[in-house]
Amino acid sequence: MKRAALCLGLFFLWAPIALMVAYAFSDGRTPYIWGGLSLRWFRALAGNERLLEAAWLSLRIAAAAATLATLLGLVLGWVLARHGPFRGRPLFGALAGAPLVLPEVVMGLSFLMLIVGLQGLTGWPAQRGAMTVWLAHSALGMAFVAVLVQARLAALDPRLEEAAADLGAGPFTVFRTITLPLIMPSLLAGWGLAFTLSLDDVVLASFVSGPGATTLPVHLFSALRLGLTPEANALATLLLGAAGALLLVYALAARWRARVETPSSRE
Amino acid sequence: MTRRFGAAVALDALSLEVGAGEFVALLGGSGSGKSTLLRLVAGFDRPDAGRILLEGKDITALPPQARDVAMMFQSYALFPHMDVAANIAYGLRRAGMGGRDIAARVAELVGLLRLEGLERRRPSQLSGGQQQRVALARALARRPALVLLDEPLAALDAGLRERTGLELRALQRRTGASFVMVTHDQAEALALADRVALLDTGRIAQFDTPRALYERPATRAVARFLGAANILEADGPVPLDAATPAPAYALRPERIALRPTVPTRNGTEAMVEEVAFRGADTLVLARAPGGLSLRVVLVAGQATPEPGQRVALAWEASALAPLSA
Amino acid sequence: MTRAAGWLALGVLVAAPLLIVLGMGFGTATSGVPPVIPPWSASGWQGSLEAWGLVLSDPYYRDALWQSLRLAFITATLCLVLGFGMAMGIAAAPPARQFTWLALVLLPFWTGFLLRVSAWVGLLRDSGWVNTMLMKLGLIEAPLRLLHTEGAMILGMVHAYLPFAVLPLYASLARRDLTLEEAAADLGAGRWRVLFTITLPLAAPALAAAFLLVFIPAVGEVVIPELLGGPEALLVGRAIWQEFFQTLDWPAAAALATALLALLLLPVAAFQRLAAR
Repeated sequence: MKRAALCLGLFFLWAPIALMVAYAFSDGRTPYIWGGLSLRWFRALAGNERLLEAAWLSLRIAAAAATLATLLGLVLGWVLARHGPFRGRPLFGALAGAPLVLPEVVMGLSFLMLIVGLQGLTGWPAQRGAMTVWLAHSALGMAFVAVLVQARLAALDPRLEEAAADLGAGPFTVFRTITLPLIMPSLLAGWGLAFTLSLDDVVLASFVSGPGATTLPVHLFSALRLGLTPEANALATLLLGAAGALLLVYALAARWRARVETPSSRE
Repeated sequence: MTRRFGAAVALDALSLEVGAGEFVALLGGSGSGKSTLLRLVAGFDRPDAGRILLEGKDITALPPQARDVAMMFQSYALFPHMDVAANIAYGLRRAGMGGRDIAARVAELVGLLRLEGLERRRPSQLSGGQQQRVALARALARRPALVLLDEPLAALDAGLRERTGLELRALQRRTGASFVMVTHDQAEALALADRVALLDTGRIAQFDTPRALYERPATRAVARFLGAANILEADGPVPLDAATPAPAYALRPERIALRPTVPTRNGTEAMVEEVAFRGADTLVLARAPGGLSLRVVLVAGQATPEPGQRVALAWEASALAPLSA
Repeated sequence: MTRAAGWLALGVLVAAPLLIVLGMGFGTATSGVPPVIPPWSASGWQGSLEAWGLVLSDPYYRDALWQSLRLAFITATLCLVLGFGMAMGIAAAPPARQFTWLALVLLPFWTGFLLRVSAWVGLLRDSGWVNTMLMKLGLIEAPLRLLHTEGAMILGMVHAYLPFAVLPLYASLARRDLTLEEAAADLGAGRWRVLFTITLPLAAPALAAAFLLVFIPAVGEVVIPELLGGPEALLVGRAIWQEFFQTLDWPAAAALATALLALLLLPVAAFQRLAAR
């Protein structure tokens, strides 16, 4: 019975995706009507310069936003986990968690108004574009990184850092040689999450991006409102393939590490 | 030194001096302040009052990394992302030692603690005993003047504990460093340490050699903590005849003997309640008139009474250890 | 110093935008760039309650808020029920297999949100896959109206947000103490009674978290109503979007966003109280 719910849920999740992948290889002009096997929509994708441009911009913004989000999230997670009950901590915690519970449309609107306000007061940023999308996506991502870092730091045995200090390491050396390597998995996971969030975001980017800075989802959204083409299926297939390959590499690496690190003999 | 946590006094004007090359055990139950004392000496915590001197220098204000003190943690606190060699070398690196010297010192410690062949293993790939030796090697690496050990044997299997304890003492003699070990296990403290400080609610109840502590406990609290001793009140139901006047006396159970008749002093009639055979000896619980319960240990080969039997118990005047409080 | 940096990041990137939205709700719409007169200026207060008056009195906005909450509630409930069953299934699998199952739940995430929604468009529209298949099988004569319905929106939202519900539920269920359920069964509880008296109460914080993780983004959803819902499906996210991009009434958009936040604060505060317990 338990297995039944799982299978039903997975069927529901995968059925539309399976159809998307299948029809990505159809020669037909109408999506989801079979027209013989072909790769023409992948070729069309490769020739769609506006889409490729948007994709390249999205990747760069996502990488930059994930990096800034990881740095800021590390700071926030550190303060939340390590600074004890300082004055204003409830507010600090609420603000750090806010992007997690803010609907995208509210966040987009508020960010846009911040930018317009800044423009009015300081003349900077001169216009909306990749830069403003980068900042907005960093703000979104940092909240997720902060949660991961805080949880990891809280689970860390404080004695490890004490032991390092006891062995002669100053505070910065303790952080560099002990704390940072031990929270690295959460930083990497946070970076990946922030990268994914940025790459997938339509709403926030629609608000804060300007002319000339069309990210892939913004481009797709306007294209989809005009009408569906089988190119969407081809693109989804490529994304799924990339994600699946990454996941497979990760799983194989984890298995390989587990095998290498299993002791051959114990005392 | 004094250390308070809120209203609770963890250490109450405590003073303790450890000689160079001495092995001292801090013995006490939970909440006795023994771990607080260790953390103060290591520098993880600051005293509210008092000073900490190491080889004549005041180190009270120094952070942990600036103290010539190394701690071995109860959980070992081995760095999980480093192999055995890197764990041992960590303190040497921080001291700015050259790569060649580090390798030599690590090899020396690996030999000293029988860790050969494990240098490239991660802590998670070691057994409990191996982890314990790595932690010790790491603490000893910089030849600190003082080594602090927090329950060094508590995480080991019972079978491994005795052997490891003896190795620990041999190692302390070879390195010549002062060792201060915290433990709640009195057998461990008595067996390993040159001197034992018994802590009770933030004060030192007695600081003495193991033998003196065992045979001449200073107070009721010490006698009670060391366990097994009978405590007899001077004005209790059993008439006593001791060399020194005191409010109460400790009487080791193996110093009580079965006699055909009850002497007028230093003896009593009692009813046997429980008899437990323990291999090398037999433990007898007997109740004297007035409700006093006595523990008696009879070495193997002696006649053993049956539960419910009335017996006569007696002891020498010299067996009564006077208690001051 | 670390804390100061944290305050700075939060102040600029989180607090300032929210405060500005709060203030902008009292601004006045105008035809200019930007199309708003802020409620404050060098000469002092010049705000108005016009936008708030509009948002609170016009049934159009009230309806949008109410419809959004209703749809989000239905979506979150469906995700919770299905997600709980799936999480139980994954947690019951042998540990070595759990990673694979979890990967299968998460992988659809990376096809891209928009593209997943577009799949539903392709399946449900009049000339779409479902209608074509049904007609080919001779079950229907004319295509059914599947797209641009409430059902399509709910389907799309459940599909988009289901993994959000599975993750926290799995994390909680995988760690649960199975002996408690065995003890209950041993004391005579049947399978369903064990579920309702032991498993569900102990998973309450995870259930609440899963519900909110779906409910909150669903309330403000813009893309799914736009692509799967009919033109009459005026939800609050879409209303904010339209006030902003089409009507250019920024104060109304800001007031609506503030009202939405105020409504969301309630369940979030309730959750924090539950989690703190």
